[in-house]
Amino acid sequence: MAEIRNYTLNLGPQHPAAHGVLRLVLELDGEVVERADPHIGLLHRGTEKLAESRTWVQSVPYMDRLDYCSMMCNEHAYCLAVEKLLGIEVPERGRYIRTMFDEITRLLNHLMSLGSHGLDVGAMTMILYTFREREELMDVYEAVCGARMHAAYYRPGGVYRDLPDSMPRYETNRFKNEKLVKQLNAAREGSLLDFLDDFTERFPKCCDEYETLLTENRIWKQRTVGIGVVSPERALALGFTGPMLRGSGVAWDLRKKQPYAAYDAVDFDIPVGKNGDCYDRYLCRMAEMRQSNRIIRQCIAWLREHPGPVIVDNYKVAPPRREKMKSGMEELIHHFKLFSEGIHVPEGEVYAAIEHPKGEFGVYAISDGANKPYRIKLRSPGFPHLAAMDELARGHMIADVVAIIGTMDLVFGDIDR
Amino acid sequence: MSAKLELLSQALRNVFGRRLQSLVVERGEITIEVAAADYFEVARALRDHAGLRFAQLIDLSGVDYSTYGNGKWTGKRFASVAQLLSVVHNWRLRLRTFADDEAFPVIDSVCELWPGANWYEREAFDLYGILYSGHEDLRRILTDYGFSGHPLRKDFPVSGYTEMRYDPEAGRVVYQPVTIEPRENTPRIVREESYGDAGHG
Repeated sequence: MAEIRNYTLNLGPQHPAAHGVLRLVLELDGEVVERADPHIGLLHRGTEKLAESRTWVQSVPYMDRLDYCSMMCNEHAYCLAVEKLLGIEVPERGRYIRTMFDEITRLLNHLMSLGSHGLDVGAMTMILYTFREREELMDVYEAVCGARMHAAYYRPGGVYRDLPDSMPRYETNRFKNEKLVKQLNAAREGSLLDFLDDFTERFPKCCDEYETLLTENRIWKQRTVGIGVVSPERALALGFTGPMLRGSGVAWDLRKKQPYAAYDAVDFDIPVGKNGDCYDRYLCRMAEMRQSNRIIRQCIAWLREHPGPVIVDNYKVAPPRREKMKSGMEELIHHFKLFSEGIHVPEGEVYAAIEHPKGEFGVYAISDGANKPYRIKLRSPGFPHLAAMDELARGHMIADVVAIIGTMDLVFGDIDR
Repeated sequence: MSAKLELLSQALRNVFGRRLQSLVVERGEITIEVAAADYFEVARALRDHAGLRFAQLIDLSGVDYSTYGNGKWTGKRFASVAQLLSVVHNWRLRLRTFADDEAFPVIDSVCELWPGANWYEREAFDLYGILYSGHEDLRRILTDYGFSGHPLRKDFPVSGYTEMRYDPEAGRVVYQPVTIEPRENTPRIVREESYGDAGHG
């Protein structure tokens, strides 16, 4: 009889289902995975090292490039860390804007993750549906900061500017005639809040559409139910957070347990799974989107009623208004010092964490009193999840590895940093 | 200090007593420091003691203190800092330990206690060269295959030592010494305490 040996398969680094640059060395026995060894670091850009040679504010745009599917959440954690070190309080309107954009970001991220997870396991339609809504939220990003993805909108002390009064509109061209443009622009006549209000009214319906496509879909269930099961104890020991932890039935959400921004003032529920498999985690993310929608609606209502400053009125942290800077000596000096030398952050160390769409995103910052961080450690949620790849994939078929990658919601920007 | 922090710091003092080298409560966070020799046992107690129950290791990172405060640091150079979380009590704690030897920094691995520490320790080894004794698979993780040096050490330049490019003549990718000049746009400044006070300078 022939000798049978394990077969080693190299998946990635350029594999469409690897969600980026994941190299996975799989040891197979037939089609069953015996061992999975992820090789990461192919997208390592040394963000932590770079941050040490930039001033505190200059590092904000680097945060966008970590998890490039949920940009503003990364900034939020970083800004919280700086604010905690400085001991400053963000104005209430700033906190509500942050809450709203965190939830918009959560929608962006979950839409991306659901769509691509569906695509990975064969439900091709999902990504077409989710990207339709994602595009509109991208427009919200663009309206508020000028960039579709890399926003740099949150700043230490608040947000860069108040919400705009108008939305970008479509124009007629070879492909879009006047009638179509008018239809597309119907929701864009008012302010950003009007547009979002309209969106949040339509969005639960869209969620229903996604659910019709997946939730009771036989193939989807065959591919996800009972795959990658994690017990609650094991999930804690492995350092899981976010939907990966809640999918196993642990009701842990930083927005509720250690509230930041305006989360203690809005009303929402934490969806929790039961079995800890890919399907439960999918249901968690689905339910989370509906909750995010709820939070956004509450924030819109609050923001309409309460005008006010969005960033602290402390020239040592936030720049003075442009008109003032052009007419006042004092303001000019502050502006110059702020953008040349930067903020001086008091000596100390903090760990600031937020409930990122993927889990807990934390920033451990050490300052020695200089205008630059001494050390920034970024705790990315995907890192411990991917570290558990071997444990989750062992004993499963090779096709399930793709389902597990999908459920982990991996983005290599933040795993490799 | 809030009642919760008071409760936790009291519990820590009761459990560890003299083993705590320092316990600092600052900005609503607790940091404890232990000797490298006690590190593993302290970590075990933090996880298992009924009054502490830190079931989750959220983060573990290396720190190089050599240029802290532009040269005023006199303590040991390498530290390993763990951020712990107790889901049951809703507590956070930072646990720091310094490696005794600067040239050959060794710290006990906590993989046995928290399996999630595996990759974090690999990362700290890769970026700082801290060796975690008892770790089963201490390979590099983030840097390139065949990389030498530990990039997050303070004496490692931001631009690195080697760069990679495609060589059209050789028809493959080649490594060569870096051609870019390291530059610093904004100098790093630590102000003296009285800076900006009336009558200063």
